[in-house]
Amino acid sequence: MGADPVSPKYIARSPAIAARKLGEEMVIMSAADSTLFTLNEVATVIWQAADGSTPLSEIVENKVCGEFEVEPEVAYRDAEGLVKELAGHGILLVSDQPIAGTAPQRQENP
Amino acid sequence: MTVTTADHQVAIEIGGVPIRLHTSDPGFVQMLEDRYAGFLSPSAHPQFEFDVDLVAPTGTSPDDDVDVRVDHGRWFLRRGDFHAEWDPESGRGRVRHSPSPYAIDSVLRIVHTILLAKQGGFLLHSASAVRGGRAFLFSGLSGAGKTTISRLAPADVALLTDEVSYVRRDGGGYRAFGTPFAGELARVGENVSAPIAAVYLLAKGRENRMDPVAPAEAGQRLLRNVLFFAQEPDLVKRVFEAACEFVARVPVYRLTFFPDGRVWELIR
Repeated sequence: MGADPVSPKYIARSPAIAARKLGEEMVIMSAADSTLFTLNEVATVIWQAADGSTPLSEIVENKVCGEFEVEPEVAYRDAEGLVKELAGHGILLVSDQPIAGTAPQRQENP
Repeated sequence: MTVTTADHQVAIEIGGVPIRLHTSDPGFVQMLEDRYAGFLSPSAHPQFEFDVDLVAPTGTSPDDDVDVRVDHGRWFLRRGDFHAEWDPESGRGRVRHSPSPYAIDSVLRIVHTILLAKQGGFLLHSASAVRGGRAFLFSGLSGAGKTTISRLAPADVALLTDEVSYVRRDGGGYRAFGTPFAGELARVGENVSAPIAAVYLLAKGRENRMDPVAPAEAGQRLLRNVLFFAQEPDLVKRVFEAACEFVARVPVYRLTFFPDGRVWELIR
């Protein structure tokens, strides 16, 4: 894996968004400026697992590599890119410590 | 000395919600009665009432940005050509604007977007029509073909609007209502309603064809066409949820159409 075991990365969904899984994709809206994002299937898995307490490396290993045919190094690199982009839009929180107090988002299909 | 001001009033019922407007100007009432003919409901008990103060035109434009915010349950609606305050709890509000129909039309639209957001509905930038007891919505930005498809509607179709559709939750589904909010067709919709059977995302082309749209794309496209003006985060989230719930329950298609009457053969 490309993860640095010394400084794990934790990710959590921002409470300032609304999200809904439609089909296999996640649609997310920033409540701040109503910008819309659609996550593909892999990104949706990472998003759903972003509970603030599971390290990104573990999410990639267990969720992404467990469900999709992808090399761990490639998966982690792609996940880091995704996390950076979503964090840049303020819809994902990133820390080197576990993140507490983020509200769970409704994600179920009807 | 006591000065009494004559109270002239008109009740406009859209989407089953009667709103009564009070003014001292009988000419303004007459203008509203002409503009909203078919949506007047003089005997209905109004859910909301607004006092309308007409002021001299200020030279500001209806194209100015609109500012809609809530403070302790009281809504403030502002644009260059109007200023309104509204307390949904008491059901009363006040509007100050120049005697143009566009200002009060916008106030009504905004009030309905707020009411609908609380109920899981929304106003959608789309034409809509009823055929065979079922409603069909035709969504798209300006130029997509809303006016064209409305104009092409055959005689057995009741046009609800060519510009702004009124969508309300109705049990496990949704119902579309006619609106007086007209677009280029300049024709007030019919004041009827029907359960919504489908939404068509319009695109002009060389042939008539209908393709299903994946739910996530449908949600995004729909949200881009939902009319909502308030920045209040909780209501914005509710509008998002409403649109997502809608596309999860109502089929959405991309309707590519050649602009002649044959396209309506697909819409039944």
